[in-house]
Amino acid sequence: MSELLGLADQAVALPLAVTFESFTDVGFWTGVGVIAGTYTLVALGLQLNVGFTGIVNFGQAGFMAVGAYTMAILVLQVGLSFWLALPAAVLVAMAFGLIVGLPSLRLRADYFAIATLAMAEIVRLTAQNARGLTGGNQGIFCEGASCYDDSWISVSGTITGWLESLGWSDPETLFPLLLVVWTTAGIAAVLLHLAQGSPWGRVLRAIREDEDAARALGKNTLLYKLQSLAISALLGALAGFFVALNLATLHPKDFEPLVTFIGYGVLVLGGLASYWGVALGAILMWTVLEATRFVELPISDEREAAVRFMIVGIVLILLMVFRPQGMFGKREEMVLGD
Amino acid sequence: MEAGTAVPSPRAGGLAPVAELGRRRPAAAALLMLAIAVVAMVAARGLHDVAQTGLNGLSLGSVYALGAVGLTLVYGTLRLVNFAHGDFLTFGVYMAYLVNVTWEAPLAVAIVWAVAMTAALGVLFERTLWGPMRARRAGFLQLILISIGLAFVIRSSVQYVWGTEVRLLDVNVVDSVELLGLRIGQTELVVIVIGFAVLIVTGLMLRYSLLGKRMRALADNFELAETAGIDTSRVVLHTWVLAGGLAGLAGVLAGAVTNVKPELGFELLLPIFAAVILGGIGDAFGALAGGMVLGLMIEWSTLFIEARWKVAVGFVVLILVLVVRPQGIFGRARAI
Repeated sequence: MSELLGLADQAVALPLAVTFESFTDVGFWTGVGVIAGTYTLVALGLQLNVGFTGIVNFGQAGFMAVGAYTMAILVLQVGLSFWLALPAAVLVAMAFGLIVGLPSLRLRADYFAIATLAMAEIVRLTAQNARGLTGGNQGIFCEGASCYDDSWISVSGTITGWLESLGWSDPETLFPLLLVVWTTAGIAAVLLHLAQGSPWGRVLRAIREDEDAARALGKNTLLYKLQSLAISALLGALAGFFVALNLATLHPKDFEPLVTFIGYGVLVLGGLASYWGVALGAILMWTVLEATRFVELPISDEREAAVRFMIVGIVLILLMVFRPQGMFGKREEMVLGD
Repeated sequence: MEAGTAVPSPRAGGLAPVAELGRRRPAAAALLMLAIAVVAMVAARGLHDVAQTGLNGLSLGSVYALGAVGLTLVYGTLRLVNFAHGDFLTFGVYMAYLVNVTWEAPLAVAIVWAVAMTAALGVLFERTLWGPMRARRAGFLQLILISIGLAFVIRSSVQYVWGTEVRLLDVNVVDSVELLGLRIGQTELVVIVIGFAVLIVTGLMLRYSLLGKRMRALADNFELAETAGIDTSRVVLHTWVLAGGLAGLAGVLAGAVTNVKPELGFELLLPIFAAVILGGIGDAFGALAGGMVLGLMIEWSTLFIEARWKVAVGFVVLILVLVVRPQGIFGRARAI
């Protein structure tokens, strides 16, 4: 069952063994919060692309994989320090975004969507098959002496120390990660929000509304779309880091197209053209997905996984049919036309 | 219509005549390049290996082509990029499993049932979802996300009923046939024969029947076709019957040569997209040829690189075609 919503199952299984006991388990909700924060980052990138630039990027899982795997490989095989590997991996992911975008952003929207999806799948298949580099289907495990997340674990320990000195006797293991992921997401949202009000952000909107008109005004629209995609790749790489730190393993299955599609579910749930909506969408989506674990259904685990998967689909369909602008989106900002 | 635009730029020097041929007679140029590639491969790896992998390519290509025709027809008539199409294949193969394994009926009966049920599924969604959404003039992103949601719903329903366990249809996976020194599994041979027969009939039907002409009229210009007195909603329904039926068949054939699992269709979706784009999106004949060419290319690639990479080969082809020739190898710039 972990195959479908693998991310959730593994992540939540890690911090506590007795998730089903109570709805009020702090550890359980810490786990949910980390995933929601990670998906906020994923969907912030999608918001910039889809909501504000009008380019339908279906390759976010690929950017996450490039970021996470590059970081792990730089630390484990090149011997770079974790703190250098992070920015290096971000740069690699952004460069990858440019390489992908340069030929494909000239294409019509539907072709671009398919091209980015294919690109993400190539990344995942490479992670699966380039065994020497990525561990293939075994993944990169963090067992034994040293791993890519050693530096993080010491930082996490420091934060735990602070929490204890504040009077929390036994803080949750994942709580430091929760703080860092939401701080990152918050900073990203504020920066994106500021950028949206700048002349640069207005050009992106102009491209979304009418690319020909923007071009007629002398704007190099391809350049702006490339920047939008590269920033999305940056956010994807950050989300990839948090997947890697959360699970303490890297596996091709964590970067299936499903991740991107759940990101779209989060995006349209929160609403198009709203950065704050994305965060609320992520929290709501994962609360619903995880809360279904508490509902005692007379069905097997496998069927419960199928039900959760179905919820994502139904959410997408119902929203797009009845409220395409999402919960907090602005209808007048929604250019969903062709 | 404006953006697609990738009119191939004239290449300099010695390639100029080829580029010229590519512009004027794209199909001829594609065939020429395919022939050159085959000759080169025979020279490098020997006739036997090329023919043997080519045979595998034809069985894979039949599945792609059957899936691609439906996907491209739906795009052509409705401008809908249907991400749920892959899961139509999944639905089809599980329908066949139900009849063939659970009810222990012969495979032929299972195929008919699977085709009928998947066609019915296509009609059901047209009536409940796509028709109403068209009436509301839903936009591109709305439609694409609905189709993704639908894909999730179909797949998870299948998973709810049958679980994630990998299953097998009741087909002969042991016996093989010897043919001119080439070896082919009995089931694979049946798949190739059925695939080719259905593809030829479909091709003839689209080319010569009134329905085929009406479908092409809709694809050309929906409003104009309606003004010309064509009962468009009827043609749309027939398009879904055809697309669903062919997808169901493709699913059963894919399940017969490999196995039955909930991800079967989704894993085939991107190669099918690749076949569609290779043939020029919206062009049914292109999709037939695109599926076959892609199947052959993927299997031939195993002569040169390890077989575990062959899925990625399909996606690389997809991206290369999108970058170099987004109107497809047989298409003209007009088509997009």
